[in-house]
Amino acid sequence: MFRVKYFEAVRTAAVIVIALIIAFLIISLVSDQPLKTIGIFLLEPFSTKGHIGNVIEMAIPLMFTGLAVSLLFRANMFNLGAEGIFYFSGVVASVLAIHLSLNSWLHPLVAILAGSLTGALLSAIPGILKAKWNANELVTSLMFNNILFGVGLYLLNYHLRDAKAFANVSFKFEKTAQLSKLFAGTRIHTGLIIVLVLIVLAHLFLYRTKWGYELRMTGVNREFARYSGMKTAKVIILVHLIAGFIAGMGGSVEVLGMYSRFQWTSLPGYGLDGALVAMLAKNNPLSVIVSALFLAYIRIGADLMARLSDVPSEMISIIQAVIILLISAEQFLKFWKNRMLLKEAKEA
Amino acid sequence: MNSLLDVILTTDFAFSVLRVTTPILFAALGALISNRAGIINIGMEGIMLVSALAGVIVSAYTHSAWVGLLGAVLSGTLIAGILAFFTLKFKTHIILGGVAINMFASGGTVFILYLLSGDKGSSTSLASKVLPSVQIPLLKDIPVLGPILSGHHILTYFSILSVLVVYYLLNRTPLGLRIRSVGENPHAAQSVGVSVVRIQYTALLLSGFFASLGGAYMSMGYLSLFTRDMVAGRGWIAIAAESMGRSTTVGTALTSLLFGAADALSNALQVLKIPAELIATLPYVATVVGLIIYAVSETRKKNKKLKTTVK
Repeated sequence: MFRVKYFEAVRTAAVIVIALIIAFLIISLVSDQPLKTIGIFLLEPFSTKGHIGNVIEMAIPLMFTGLAVSLLFRANMFNLGAEGIFYFSGVVASVLAIHLSLNSWLHPLVAILAGSLTGALLSAIPGILKAKWNANELVTSLMFNNILFGVGLYLLNYHLRDAKAFANVSFKFEKTAQLSKLFAGTRIHTGLIIVLVLIVLAHLFLYRTKWGYELRMTGVNREFARYSGMKTAKVIILVHLIAGFIAGMGGSVEVLGMYSRFQWTSLPGYGLDGALVAMLAKNNPLSVIVSALFLAYIRIGADLMARLSDVPSEMISIIQAVIILLISAEQFLKFWKNRMLLKEAKEA
Repeated sequence: MNSLLDVILTTDFAFSVLRVTTPILFAALGALISNRAGIINIGMEGIMLVSALAGVIVSAYTHSAWVGLLGAVLSGTLIAGILAFFTLKFKTHIILGGVAINMFASGGTVFILYLLSGDKGSSTSLASKVLPSVQIPLLKDIPVLGPILSGHHILTYFSILSVLVVYYLLNRTPLGLRIRSVGENPHAAQSVGVSVVRIQYTALLLSGFFASLGGAYMSMGYLSLFTRDMVAGRGWIAIAAESMGRSTTVGTALTSLLFGAADALSNALQVLKIPAELIATLPYVATVVGLIIYAVSETRKKNKKLKTTVK
């Protein structure tokens, strides 16, 4: 017998099942060999060490932005700025990776910290505007995404660009700046350890500290939190600083872990994906790990499917949209929850 | 500086301002209607993208630009309908709903494009039609004004007309009154018998309608084909224009024109060798500045009120 407390978990599972069914329907309509294609989509990411590695590599940036966004959402801040911060911090880390010469311990550390601090400072701006003047953080953060992208692209094209390379890419990073790989045969890098540590820290912060409590209370009801003596303005700025720091670290780690040059000529999209990860995780830091892995899995599945069959990988964005729409739908399966509540009340 | 003035003080430049303003203006009017009903529709970008593709596909298969336009409008409005259904019926958070629509559109359009044309980048292999440009008799012969105002794409004239239509709709019709009352105070509207949900459905559908005209213009006027992510942030700029125009029709139209001018300027400023990447950020910087000024003045007003009531 299901209990109401399991409702959210069951609901999330139901959404994922529906999304997968829609994926199968699309594949059956589009593909000449639907069963084979579905098999590739579902199983291929598991098939080789390299593919499993791909899933984990993709999950790393998703965990960073997912964690950042879930903290913001927890404080009831609808801020989608992780997107631009992730990109711009990657640029900042790249500058240091190209121009500094340090040993291989200090170099990535300095570059990542610089990226993270940049992220924190940039994120503080919408935070302060919200906390002090109640300026809509959604609009400001979205505008900041475009501004940061423009400035970042300018830096790439005018100051970092390697004219000898036949593409819009930066000079090569110093070898010392790049993060080392953890497992031979994959590109999984030390960023994985960093993000897992961050997630545990965020969990402890959120549930074991006074600040974390204030953050959660501000998210539930800012007015109430203020009347019970919390400085909600401070809390809002703090959560922006932390989220920006994490998103900035994510961008820096991704650049130094996966590439040898900076090469993003459009926003990489991990910030908006972070919103999806946060929603799937119900804004719980520890659950971010699972939902980032899930999202990475279906993404890699879609990529492999595009390579090995006749269905383009963009199918996955349709599936993601369905997941977002249903996961954030408060009323979805509500009737069922009410029935369970009724039953439990009768039993008691 | 002279070379800049040479570029800007031409009828060509003024013409191009109107040309690039069109899609922003359509979408901003759409954003205006839904915002006035209390719903912030951030799915503009996605709606425009879907309708841009639909216009190309339908016109290619029916060999008619006008049927293509109809297809674009219907599909854009349908997307807005889906968004409305989820937010109003299923209580999906409107912002996340908008994010979902944008995500769906950016990948979904490429998906469909690939299935139909085998190309992920553009619709060159589809023989799509383009809506006509119009020379306006008499006006076209007036010096200066003629070259600026005549010879535009038909949807450009539609967009200017739409400003009047939206103004009339919001300020002079019962529906407009209901939309505004729902946006300002849904409970009060409810208590006098206005169906809040129905009005919000209507407003979202209308916002989808106008956004899809903007989308159709992108692929059947501004360009004559569909390319991936061709809306390129115009939906966001439109939302910014609406919020900077403080949710009034005239303000929204003027800020749209301002953003259009900034957009046209970013093309013109390339003669000055100012990096295009930086100039492209100007509309967004302007929006943030506008938003800050607005928010600060609102807070001051509130605080003043608070102080006088305390005394």
